[in-house]
Amino acid sequence: MAAAPISLTVRRRAALAFLLVPPMAWLIIAYLGSLAVLLVSAFWTTDTFTDAVVHTLTTDNIVRVLSDPTFRAVALRTIGVALVVTACCIALAVPLALYMAKVASPRMRLALVVAVTTPLWASYLVKAYSWRIMLSGEGPLAWATGYTPGYGLTATVITLTYLWLPYMIIPVFAAFERVPDSLIDASSDLGASDASTLRMVVAPLVFPGIAAGSIFTFSLSLGDYIAVTIVGGPSQLIGNVIYEKLSTNQPLAGALSLIPLTAVILYLLAMRRTGALENV
Amino acid sequence: MKFNVLRTGFTLAACAALVVACSSSQSGGGGQTPPKMEPLSAVGQGEGALNLIAWAGYVENGSNDKTVDWVTPFEKATGCKVNATIGNTSDEMLKLMRTGQYDGVSASGDASLRLVFAGDVAPVNTSLVPNYATISPFLKDKSWNSVNGQMYGIPHGWGANLLMYNTAVVTDAPDSWAAVFTDAGKYKGKVTAYDSPTYIADAALYLSKTKPELGIKDPYSLTSEQLDAATELLKAQKENISEYWSDYTKEVQAFESGTSVIGTTWQVIANTIGTENKVHVNTVLPKEGATGWSDTWMISSKAAHPNCMYKWMDWITSPAVNAQVAEYFGEAPAQTKACEHTTQKDFCDIFHATDEKFASQLHYWTTPQKQCVDGSGDNCTTYDEWVDKWQQIKG
Repeated sequence: MAAAPISLTVRRRAALAFLLVPPMAWLIIAYLGSLAVLLVSAFWTTDTFTDAVVHTLTTDNIVRVLSDPTFRAVALRTIGVALVVTACCIALAVPLALYMAKVASPRMRLALVVAVTTPLWASYLVKAYSWRIMLSGEGPLAWATGYTPGYGLTATVITLTYLWLPYMIIPVFAAFERVPDSLIDASSDLGASDASTLRMVVAPLVFPGIAAGSIFTFSLSLGDYIAVTIVGGPSQLIGNVIYEKLSTNQPLAGALSLIPLTAVILYLLAMRRTGALENV
Repeated sequence: MKFNVLRTGFTLAACAALVVACSSSQSGGGGQTPPKMEPLSAVGQGEGALNLIAWAGYVENGSNDKTVDWVTPFEKATGCKVNATIGNTSDEMLKLMRTGQYDGVSASGDASLRLVFAGDVAPVNTSLVPNYATISPFLKDKSWNSVNGQMYGIPHGWGANLLMYNTAVVTDAPDSWAAVFTDAGKYKGKVTAYDSPTYIADAALYLSKTKPELGIKDPYSLTSEQLDAATELLKAQKENISEYWSDYTKEVQAFESGTSVIGTTWQVIANTIGTENKVHVNTVLPKEGATGWSDTWMISSKAAHPNCMYKWMDWITSPAVNAQVAEYFGEAPAQTKACEHTTQKDFCDIFHATDEKFASQLHYWTTPQKQCVDGSGDNCTTYDEWVDKWQQIKG
């Protein structure tokens, strides 16, 4: 009788280990491991002629990344683009998600959810290239309106906003859905205007959803280098510099990759400070 | 909290250990002599597969143009199934070759020596490549494809980077690189340029003709001041750039859509845009001369399919195939006998294929070094510095 619970615990533990080992192994070996290798390589150097990696310890790359004005300009541009994209996504997603969750009929809601998620089925490249065509000097936008921003940072922001918008809409929509209608009713019963209800009752409840969405849009924009080569004209973001350095100076690329990594970590910490991550 | 600090310290220690452990292994080559390697002594049976890194248009299997196919006959003849990866720039080719996953590469002069000295490619036993005998003599034992008389590949062909323009927009038939440098403002936001540090040589070449006071003799042997002058020229050019290209399909699309109307190109790009397109382009070799390339097929030191690679090097330099690839890409074939096989009878004359004097006037892509590549001294800027300048130009 006494042996039974022990074997039960053992079996439970085995089952738990069986469940947890593959994902943990993936996380540690494949995910953090590859990141570690990259970071370690940041402390190496290259042969000036052949560009081959030479395994001698140096902090030159880190120093260069921190001091070089070109890298600083590119890093700031990238962070700026990521913030603007995030802001655009929020501006578009919040009204739409509010409509989907609280106003639309069930049928309409379903249609909108499908419409928002369908673009996720298409390949990234197809979507980016379709924006390239859309924004070209003789493209549909110029034909219809007589104006196109042309290729450049504006085009990059538009394309990235389009690409990442679903990642903002879905969490915000889910957050709106979780706001009980009774709270809104109670608020208006107590005499609050719609605007005050939104500001004082709904907004604090939806904020974690927006924060979660913004983490997606911010980090995805920060790492993107393909859209900008397709629609960015001559401009470049940190991802392009890293990609280019991977062929000529891999250790420097490793050091450069610290920039987006740090930016994302700082962003996550900032979000945590707001308390947005506690209820997600 | 204490536990957290402990854990962080632990992680840091582990990372440091990793750095030290990895650092103790030997450096990846470099130095004055290439690593010692023996070339293959005999070509045996093909291994059934061949993985190549090539410039666009060098390894065509009919999927881009049904009439352009020299891979399928090769596969039938040798049983080597060809997988080709396009390298858009020499730097990209270098990166791909260093993965060790490829058997060979069509390396230009600015990649070849870096591959040789880093031990990424093996010397080639030219006696195992019968077609090597009739390769243009002025392409053999050159500084970009051999070291101390040992060939590290089989020459493929050579040509010049040309100036291409949209004939509907650019109507004054430019014959000078000024059209993309000092006069680029005429086509503001419609100029294109090649996205690689090696493009600095194009600016240097233009300056060597227009600003003799700078004293540029060779566009790959630049002192710091000369490099700065070229950088300034390119920074000014950037104001007029629509976009840089390295992926050749991007330039094709940019010209077809009117995004770019003038800029540097390869003949194969003009050929891809074609004559039946609504956009018409023209190419010209400007009066200042041009930078160019001389390509060499090289075999990886880690080749998994060396026999197939030797068969390929012989195949691609065989007269009929070399003629085909040269005509498709728009370059001079390395194989002298190819001239009898071109569909356009005077092709070799147009491209001066056997004209040693003409060939010597082109400024082939090469890797800038401290020891000036033209032998003028030892105060030249290195490719590393070019890469940094290119980064600054693009901003």
